Amino acid sequence: MPDFAIPEQVRPEDGHVGRRLPRIEDRALLRGEGGFVDDVPAKKGTLHVAFVRSPHAHAEIVSIDAGAALALPGVFAVVTGADMAAETDPMIVGFENPIDYYGLAVGKVRYVGEPVVAVAAADRYRAEDAADLIEVTYDVLHAVVDPVAACAPDAPKLHPRSDSNCVSKRHFVHGDPDTAFAEAERTTELTIRYPRNSITPMETYAVVAEANRETGGFDVLSNFQGPFSVHTVMALALRIRTAALRHRSPKNSGGSFGSKLTIFPYIVVLCVLARKARRPVKWIEDRLEHLSASSVAPNRVTKVEAAYTPDGTVTGLRLTHWDDHGAYLRAPMPAPIYRMHGVSTNGYFIRHLEVTNHIVSTNKCPTGAVRGFGGPQLYFAVERTMQRIAVLTGQDPLDVIRRNLISAEQFPYKAIAGSLLDSGDYRRTVEETVEQGDLAALKRRRDAARAEGRLYGIGYAACVEPSQSNMGYISTLKTGLERERAGPKDGAVASVTVSVDALGSVNVIGDSVPQGQGHQTALAQIVADRLGLTPDDVVVSLDTDTAKDGWSIAAGNYSCRFAPASASAAHQAATRVREKMARIAAANLNVPADEVEFTDGKIHAANNPDNAIPFYRIGGLAHWSPSSLPDDVEPGLRETAMWNAPELTPTTAKDEINTSLAYGFGFDFCGVEVEPATGSVTVDKYVSAHDCGTILNPGLAEGQIRGSWASAFGATFLEEFRYEDDGTFRSGTFAEYLVPTAAELPDIRLVHPTPHPSPYTRLGAKGIAEGNQYTTPVCIANAVADALGVEDIELPLKPAKVLEWVQAEEPPPSAAVAPEGAAGEPAGPTVEGSGEMQVPAPPERVWSMLLDPERMARIVPGCERLEAAGENGFAGAVVLGAGPVRGRFEARIDLTDLEKPHRARLAGTADGPLGSSRGEGAFELIAQGGGTLVRYRYSVELTGKVAAVGGRMVRGAARQLIDRFLRALVREAGGDADPGTSGGLSARLKRLVGGRA
Amino acid sequence: MKRLDRSGRHPVRIVLNGMPEEGFAEPRMLLTDFLRHEVGATGTHVACEHGVCGACTVRIDGKAVRACLVLAVQADGAEIETIEGLAEADGSFGPLQQAFHENFALQCGFCTPGFLMSLSEYLEKNPDPTVEEIKVALSGNLCRCTGYHEIINASLDAARALRERRGQTG
Repeated sequence: MPDFAIPEQVRPEDGHVGRRLPRIEDRALLRGEGGFVDDVPAKKGTLHVAFVRSPHAHAEIVSIDAGAALALPGVFAVVTGADMAAETDPMIVGFENPIDYYGLAVGKVRYVGEPVVAVAAADRYRAEDAADLIEVTYDVLHAVVDPVAACAPDAPKLHPRSDSNCVSKRHFVHGDPDTAFAEAERTTELTIRYPRNSITPMETYAVVAEANRETGGFDVLSNFQGPFSVHTVMALALRIRTAALRHRSPKNSGGSFGSKLTIFPYIVVLCVLARKARRPVKWIEDRLEHLSASSVAPNRVTKVEAAYTPDGTVTGLRLTHWDDHGAYLRAPMPAPIYRMHGVSTNGYFIRHLEVTNHIVSTNKCPTGAVRGFGGPQLYFAVERTMQRIAVLTGQDPLDVIRRNLISAEQFPYKAIAGSLLDSGDYRRTVEETVEQGDLAALKRRRDAARAEGRLYGIGYAACVEPSQSNMGYISTLKTGLERERAGPKDGAVASVTVSVDALGSVNVIGDSVPQGQGHQTALAQIVADRLGLTPDDVVVSLDTDTAKDGWSIAAGNYSCRFAPASASAAHQAATRVREKMARIAAANLNVPADEVEFTDGKIHAANNPDNAIPFYRIGGLAHWSPSSLPDDVEPGLRETAMWNAPELTPTTAKDEINTSLAYGFGFDFCGVEVEPATGSVTVDKYVSAHDCGTILNPGLAEGQIRGSWASAFGATFLEEFRYEDDGTFRSGTFAEYLVPTAAELPDIRLVHPTPHPSPYTRLGAKGIAEGNQYTTPVCIANAVADALGVEDIELPLKPAKVLEWVQAEEPPPSAAVAPEGAAGEPAGPTVEGSGEMQVPAPPERVWSMLLDPERMARIVPGCERLEAAGENGFAGAVVLGAGPVRGRFEARIDLTDLEKPHRARLAGTADGPLGSSRGEGAFELIAQGGGTLVRYRYSVELTGKVAAVGGRMVRGAARQLIDRFLRALVREAGGDADPGTSGGLSARLKRLVGGRA
Repeated sequence: MKRLDRSGRHPVRIVLNGMPEEGFAEPRMLLTDFLRHEVGATGTHVACEHGVCGACTVRIDGKAVRACLVLAVQADGAEIETIEGLAEADGSFGPLQQAFHENFALQCGFCTPGFLMSLSEYLEKNPDPTVEEIKVALSGNLCRCTGYHEIINASLDAARALRERRGQTG
C-alpha cells in the first residue's frame, strides 16, 4: 500500500521521465551488495591509519614524540605537521587569506579534535595502539568561540599572519539602501544567532591512498563528493600534476549532505603517509572524529535591519553577517554566504539592499558544505524579519509575505543582488498550499486552543531554492580589481557520457557522484526516453575515475545540481547519440534523418512505423561496419556532453551575481503548541510545498523533501555542536549530538503545487533537496514566536530554553516549577564530588599511605607507575576509561597546605590521547575510634575526547574510580572492602560514594 | 567465562545465514570487523561504533543485536543472520526487501541493513504492528536520508506480506 503525496506527472504513453520508477540502486543495496569504500577489497599489505588529535581548543605544540609508537611491531610510519609543512604546500582557498592550512596542525592546534599526527600500522587496532603511545605536549592558550567576540581587537588570535580573526570583510551595496532607510516610514532591527550543526551522514569519511611511482602522483579511492575544483587544490598541495592525482569514488556513498566535500585535507595527509610508508594506507573515520572534526555548517550572527511602510511593504534591507568558519578555511569556504548572496532578498520585491560579510575564525571545527549551504542562516534572518514586521504592523504574517512576493508577470526576475529567478508563480504556490493544506482549519485549531488558554502559534516561511551553483559566485568575495586580475569565473559544467555498443546495449556514465539520491534510476529514465528504450535497457555506472571519465571542475554532488545540470547533460548526450543513430538509420530507411523516430527498441520512419530497423542493428553497423556509415559519420557510438548554461555569468563590476541557474520556490506553514510547564514544543501540523519545475521521478523527489524535513526538524529541535567558552567540545557521540528518530519525527502534509519548469534546464527540472533546510527552522521558529509573543528565537528549541521564554512572558507560578529540561541537560564538563568514609587505620597511617608513591601506585586504579616528583608531588601514568573510551594519561599531582596528619589540598593534571584534565581537591583525616574518617571533595575540568563523549558518562566513570580508589585504600589499610564478604562497610562505602559523588 | 590470551588470534566459528564460516580474531576484535573483514560479509555496515545508530544490527541466535557492541569471540558458535540472508532461495527479494523497494524506503542504503534486521526480528514478535508501535520499534535505528515516512510504510507492507505468507504456509 505505498502511499505517496507527489503524483506522477505523465501519461503512460509519454515515456519514463516523471514516473515513479522503483530504484535500480535498491537491487544491490537491499541485498547487502552495495559498494561503499570500505566494501572495496584493499590490496594485501594495505595499512590502516589512526590520528592523534588535539584535546585543546588552542595551544602551542611543544613537542611530539612518536618513538614508542614507531617501536611497536606493525607500525610503519607517522606523519606530523612538520612533515606536511616540508612536503606539501598550504591548501589554497578562493582568495588571498592569512591562513596556512596543511591538514595536520603545524606548530599550533586550533580546535578540539584537530589532527596532529597520522600513524599507519598493520591494522586498525594496532594503529590506534600506536596513536595512544604518541606523546604530544602542549602549551595551552586562550581560546575564542564566539564569532562577534573573535573580531574584538583583544581577542586571542588564531593565525599569526593576520592581525584580526576577521579574515575577510566585504561590504555590498545594491540599489540605494541609504536613501531607502533615510526615507523609511518605519524600520526594525533584529539580531539572529544561528547555531552550528551538520547532517552527519551514516557513513563517515573513508580514504584509501597509494603512491604511484609511474606518474609520480597518487591513486586515491574515497567517498569525496566534489566539487572537483578541489581536485586541483589537492594536487597543488601535493606538488604534483593534476593528472597524476587519480581519484576514484566507488558506486555507493553512505549519505553526505555536503559533509564529504571536506574529506580532501585527509586525502592529502594520507597521500603523504602512503609515500612515507611505501604501502597503500586506508582510513575509515570513526563517529567521534566525524562529529568533532569533519565538517559543519557555519554558525552565524546576523543583524537585520528592515525599512518598511505601514502596510508592511519592505523597501530596504540591511544584513550584517558574522559567519563563523572555525579554525581554518578549506576550499570552497566561505562559500555558503556567497552562494546565497544573489538571493539575499529571498523571493521578495526588495530593490535596496546592503550586505556586510565578516568571515571569522574561531577555535572550533572548520566548516564545510551542509545541505542548505548558507540558506538556513540567511532565510532564518529574513523570514523572522517578515514575521516581526507583521507583528509590528498588526497583520497576519501571511499577508506580509503575500504583499512582498515577486509577482508572476515579473519572471524571469533579476533580484537586486544579481540572481536571475528563472520561473515561478510564488503567490499561486502560496494560495495552493493554503488551500490544499487547509490553513483555515489550522487557524480554527489555533483559536480553539487559545480560547482554552493554551500556547498555540502558527508560523509561515517562504524560500527561493537555488540549484546548480555558478562556479563564479565565490569570486564575489574579491574586489572588482582582484577579480579582473584573476580572470573570469562562471558556469557550472556537468558531464554525462552515453555509449551504445555493437549489440545495442546502452551504457551511461556521469560525474554526479550520487550519495543515495537515485541518480542511476533517473538517468536511466532520461536516456531510455531519448533512445526509445526502457530503463532496463540502460546500464548506468556512476562510480568515478578522474583518469578516465569526462569531468570538469564543477563535477560532484552538491548545490542540488543533479536535476538541473546532470539531467540536462544526460539529455544532451543521449540526444547526440540519437542524432547520430538517426543519420545512420536514415540511410537504411531512405528517409531524411529528421524524420526518424525511436520507439520500443526500433528506429523507424516517423510516418511509417513499419519502415523500421532494430535499435541494435544500428549499434552493430556503427561498430562492425564503419565503411557502411554515411561519409561524415565517425564510427562508434559514444557521446560526452559537457553541459553548461549561458545564464551562469561572472560577477559584475557592481558585485551582482547570478549565484545559481534554477530557482525553485518553497512555502511552508505549521501549527505548534508550547507546553507551558516544560517548555517542550509539539508540531501539531506541518504543511510543505515545493515548486521544483519538472519532476523526474516523484518517488525520488518526495524522498528528498521528506529527508530534508527530517534533518531540518533535527536542526530546529535537537542538533547543535556545543562548545564551552574555553573551546571544549561537548557533542562527540550520537548520545550528545541528538538526531531525530522515527519515534519523535512528526509526519508532514506535502502539497504538490502547480510546477513551473525552468526555461534554462533541458528538462525544466530544478533542485528540490534543500528546500526544507531553508523553510522548516524558521517556519517553526515563527510559530513559536507567534505562540509566545517573543522576538528572540534561538535554535535549537530545547525545552529549557523555550521555558525561559515562556516564563519571561508570564508571571512566575505560585509554586516553584523546576525546569524539566534544565535537570535533563548535561552539565558542564566539570566533574565534582565529595564524600566521606571510614578507614580502619589511625590518621597517621592513612596519611603516610597517601604520601607514599609505592603504596599509592597499588591503590590508584589503573596506575602503571608512580613516583615522587618534587616536594609532596607525584608523577606517573594511569590508564583510565569512561564508557567506550579508555586511554593512558600522564598524571601529576601536587599536595599543598599540608597539615600532617589532618588535612591537605591537592592540585593535578592528567594528559593523554583522550584529553586533558585539570583538577583540584582537598581531604581531611579525622580520628574516630581506632580508625579515620576521611572527608574529601574534588573538582575536575575536562577537555578533549573525554569531554566530548559526554558528562553523563564521565560523571559515572569518576564515581566508579573514586569508589575503586577508596576500596583499595581500605584494603591497603588492612580492612575488608570486598562487597562479597563484608556487606556493612562496602554498603556504606557505596552509599557514601555513590550518593554524594 | 573462558579466558583468552589478549594478543593471540583465536578461531571463531559461526553459522552465517545458514552457512558455516570460520575465521580468526584477537579477543578485542569487534564482530562487525570480523564479519566485514575476516569473513568478507560487507552487507552489515558500521556507522557509530557506540551502539546508538543501529546500522550494524544483526541477529545472533535470533535476537537483533548491535554487532559493534559484540566481540567476535563472544559470537563463537552462534548462528548469525545478516542482510545477505534476507532474499528468497532463488535470489529474489524477500518480503522486507520488496516492501522497502516499492516504498522508496532507502536512499543511500547505509543504514538499511540495520533497519531490515531490526524489523526482521520485530515483525516475528509483533506480526501486526500499528504505526506508533513501528516508530518505537525503530527508534534505535538512525536514518539521515529518508525521514522515516517511507520506512514506516514499508514496515506495514512487509508485516502484511509476512502475515499472508504465514497464512498460506500455516
